[in-house]
Amino acid sequence: MREFAYQRAARVHDALLAVAGDRNARYLGGGTNLVDLMKCGVERPTRLVDVRRLPLDGVHVAPGGGLVIGATTTNSDAAAHPEVRRRFPALSQALLAGASGQLRNMATVGGNLLQRTRCGYFADLSRPCNKRLPGSGCAAIAGVHHNHAVLGHSAHCVATHPSDMAVALAAFDAVVRYQSLDGGGEIPLSRFYLPVGDRPDLETALPPGALITAVALPGVPGSLRSRYRKVRERASYAFATVSVAAALDVRDGVVRDVRIAMGGVASRPWRAGSAEAVLRGARPTPDRLRACAEEALSGAEPLPDNGYKVLLAKNLIAAVLGELAAAEEVG
Amino acid sequence: MTDHTRSGISLRVNDVSHRLSVDNRRTLLDALREDLGLTGPKKGCDHGQCGACTVLCDGRRVVSCLTLAVAADGAAVTTVEGLAAGGELRPLQEAFVRLDGFQCGFCTPGQLCSAVGVLAEHEAGWPSAVTADDDPERTPELDEAEVRERMSGNLCRCGAYPSIVRAVLEAAARQGGAA
Repeated sequence: MREFAYQRAARVHDALLAVAGDRNARYLGGGTNLVDLMKCGVERPTRLVDVRRLPLDGVHVAPGGGLVIGATTTNSDAAAHPEVRRRFPALSQALLAGASGQLRNMATVGGNLLQRTRCGYFADLSRPCNKRLPGSGCAAIAGVHHNHAVLGHSAHCVATHPSDMAVALAAFDAVVRYQSLDGGGEIPLSRFYLPVGDRPDLETALPPGALITAVALPGVPGSLRSRYRKVRERASYAFATVSVAAALDVRDGVVRDVRIAMGGVASRPWRAGSAEAVLRGARPTPDRLRACAEEALSGAEPLPDNGYKVLLAKNLIAAVLGELAAAEEVG
Repeated sequence: MTDHTRSGISLRVNDVSHRLSVDNRRTLLDALREDLGLTGPKKGCDHGQCGACTVLCDGRRVVSCLTLAVAADGAAVTTVEGLAAGGELRPLQEAFVRLDGFQCGFCTPGQLCSAVGVLAEHEAGWPSAVTADDDPERTPELDEAEVRERMSGNLCRCGAYPSIVRAVLEAAARQGGAA
């Protein structure tokens, strides 16, 4: 690991000043991803600005029934918060589906959004990777890629985004709030992660040096039920093969609102907008749910060894929506 | 190199205060083992994947291999050496011994610290991935599935899991959650 300077920021403004103009500086949250990448030599910061103790933690109920979750709130605290569990169960479930108890105690909500792909080639300095070293190539396309993307990838990168939390946030139209020396700003999660294109190293729309301060979730109808389900290669403590965050609001037997987002299938949480349109205003019959799931994967372009993800994602969407629809009938 | 890559830190470890000068690259795990001679926390994978280095930091279980010592400045740390207050094993440790909650023992310090955290988290009403989310107010009952899920960050290459689960459940029952 390369030597680095360390400072603990007491105020947001101090953190912004410490990072300003130093492109080798990084904010340190829980460190669960950054410190690991520093050990691997993928990240080589010369300065760490520790933002973990900034007064940005806590979950607050916003007018309109939404929530604001501070950036330094740990994944554990966000998952266990009664208002998160009550209003956005899929978000609590997504957080709990990620990592281990120890890592969730360390990891912050802001850091979770900015974690890097777990593509093995990204972490292996001996192999080409356009995300780590632009222009060097992608070893995964002709290599081991059974857990890589089936949607939205490019000839330059087929890596997936590892976050479970971000998938639920995508389903709930969350907004990322940040501060920079130029002032504050907001970026909808739908525009937060950049399309892969030919620059997979450019991952988010966050301005250089900006610090995420919170994630805001807009209020949803009280009758909106939600669920997160994750398929992985072992029962716990593994990244998603495919995951689905879904929410459903059925009134008088008709779907008023539906949200579907997928994890493990693309370089970012993948909101399935056209599939939602298939269901909105319709009765959630098994045939209609299946049609919705088909639409969600209609643009899939699987690689030679990950075609299984397409069928898996379709089945998962239909199953989760079916469970939510059944719960509506009962409750 | 220059001084700004080192830091002076304070750690309170197992109720003893220490002042240390550390390279900013030093992990909490290495500071505990190399600087303070506490070799209970083990270096398994060194990448946060195995849980052998688990300690309690300000009361919460963390992996010390991904915690920078400098970032833990001011923290109260409990390692496995600090679990038996006054040399007396706590019920959790007794249960591990009596029920064979280990074989080679390498992962045990991490398992024990993690289990102390699990019982405290459960006591605080935290749900897990296997908790039915039908009532956010209710504390889930700790059963085998809950313990397996909550302890999944601690690997045991000997495969002592069945006994580990039994030991954690017994400690939970005997202590009403406070192991």
